[in-house]
Amino acid sequence: MAVIAPAEPRRSRIAEVTPANLRRRYLRDRLMIGLLVVATLAVLTPLLIIVWYVVSNGFQAVLEPTFWTSDLGSPARALSGTDTGLGHTILGTLVVDGLALLIAVPIGIGAGIMLSEYPDHPLNPALRILNDTLNGMPAILKGLLAFALIVKPMGTFSGFSGGVALAFVMLPIVARATEGVLRIIPWSIREAGLALGLPRWRVVLNTVLPAARVGVVTGVLIAFARAAGEAAPLLFTAFGNNFFSSTPLRYLLGPVDTLPARLYSLAISPYREWHAMGWGAGVVLLMFVIVTFVVSRIATRQRHQADM
Amino acid sequence: MQRSAASAIIRAPTKPIYRRLGDNAFQTIVVGLGITIMALAVVLAWVLLRDGWEPLRIFGFLGFLTGTTWDPVRNDYGTWPFIVGTLITSIAGLALSFFPALGVAIFSAEYAPRWLASIVDTIVDLLAAIPSVVVGIWGIFVLVPFMQNNVYLPVYFWTFENAPHLLPVLGPPAGYNLVTATIVLALMIVPYTTALARDAIRLVPRSQREAARALGATRWEVMRMAVIPYARGGIVAGAILSFGRAIGETMAVAMLVGNSNTLPFTLFGPAATMPSVIVNEFREAVENLHLASLMTVGFYLFLISLVVNLIAAWMQRRFAVAGRSI
Repeated sequence: MAVIAPAEPRRSRIAEVTPANLRRRYLRDRLMIGLLVVATLAVLTPLLIIVWYVVSNGFQAVLEPTFWTSDLGSPARALSGTDTGLGHTILGTLVVDGLALLIAVPIGIGAGIMLSEYPDHPLNPALRILNDTLNGMPAILKGLLAFALIVKPMGTFSGFSGGVALAFVMLPIVARATEGVLRIIPWSIREAGLALGLPRWRVVLNTVLPAARVGVVTGVLIAFARAAGEAAPLLFTAFGNNFFSSTPLRYLLGPVDTLPARLYSLAISPYREWHAMGWGAGVVLLMFVIVTFVVSRIATRQRHQADM
Repeated sequence: MQRSAASAIIRAPTKPIYRRLGDNAFQTIVVGLGITIMALAVVLAWVLLRDGWEPLRIFGFLGFLTGTTWDPVRNDYGTWPFIVGTLITSIAGLALSFFPALGVAIFSAEYAPRWLASIVDTIVDLLAAIPSVVVGIWGIFVLVPFMQNNVYLPVYFWTFENAPHLLPVLGPPAGYNLVTATIVLALMIVPYTTALARDAIRLVPRSQREAARALGATRWEVMRMAVIPYARGGIVAGAILSFGRAIGETMAVAMLVGNSNTLPFTLFGPAATMPSVIVNEFREAVENLHLASLMTVGFYLFLISLVVNLIAAWMQRRFAVAGRSI
């Protein structure tokens, strides 16, 4: 309502002295403001309702200490009230997501550097098109790719293949974001470095990248938030596992549990106790994504302030 | 170019090996990483085609595309039902979400005061980050029971008594159905359409608005006659990109669409989409041909996504505002 206040005095003043259709035009103007407010509420409300439902249904499960420390085991454990939780899932998620970061960040930043620092390179137009193509592909296809490239030759589902699948999701986002922020850095900075006698690679690594650091990190975080919520590529790569792995190495080389994939299997399971844990997994996943998002937001804001 | 000239003039006191070799090595590495991404996009298409070759050979490219049977027991596969399901849910989802999304974009870009606009923008961007599975679990335990009790059953019984000839269109009220999937899909792509439309509207030059206002246009007339026509290309390209996202949206749809492989789909009856059938059957596929057929479905999904993305990219370039794409 506060939005339309400034238009108020003007309307009454002009309506007296102008043709009759002006009243209709102002009426339509007011009507559209109303419609826009309704549209905004209609879009934001259901989505906030989702967040509220997840948090209110899930926080009970998250408060149990065993949720964090114990592994899931068989449904019998949940039904009989013995210790059960998603400790192994959270551990597995950290391993798989960390691996995805390790793979995607160097490659993505490298490709971004190629696009922005070697703008005349003949492969750049092709890279841009293929990068956007890869970005537009459904995540599930990237899961199929990781399945064909890694799971089939290895003969087993593994955390490694899951990390690679998520890296496929992150890569094009990181590359595009890196290109975008590096391009904002003025050429004069690079010329200053070159004038001091630095070779080109030192200019990129020691002046351009540090100047764009915050932007690059933001891009990585956005890519990470996107990949961390993906379940589809993990279902047939990391697969899932109901227990802590016996050795640390088996988190990479054996099937491993991840939050989005586990949330899916808990939600479609027939046990009420597992549904509760599914909501809990939803809360953890949501917090994971929101924290990443907020950190990247704060970083962007600081960058804007630094620009001014 | 200037920068290479600058570096040529200066005689650096560094060893040439550090300069020449370092530059060459760095460029090789960087280009190699770029080529990795290019290779990935190509390998993705190639792998899907290679692993999905067998069904294409048996049923033919068009035969598999238009085949309406998906029967792992009789080893007869066709992807048409899933293409129909994907297109119906995506088109309906976009239609449902487009105007509200445009409304939010206009509201935040043009009408809302700065503080309110930044709140709306932050919420919209945050909602774009909600994982698909989280929306899925909400759909299973909240949306489906609600819709079942308040919409599907009443509508079904009303139709049963008053317009029985419409029953084949409605189908049995299953709860997990096309309508549920469409609603969820619309919710999930709203933030994308909004963000892209907002960016397109913000790129419209100030002078455009000022000129319209100077002619005596009301605020809405400025929007309708000066701003929206100017941003049209970007808005439509954004909608197409959102459509592409809807096509590939997997988990929430797979959890809510009901998963039936046989046409005809009904509004209230179970259906399936291309991503949902891959998710649901891939882990359980034992027959080689079944697995290969799922890969082939993936290949067709690749082709559809590719076409949609290329159209969006073309539109963005075609309607770029003053050399800046959205």
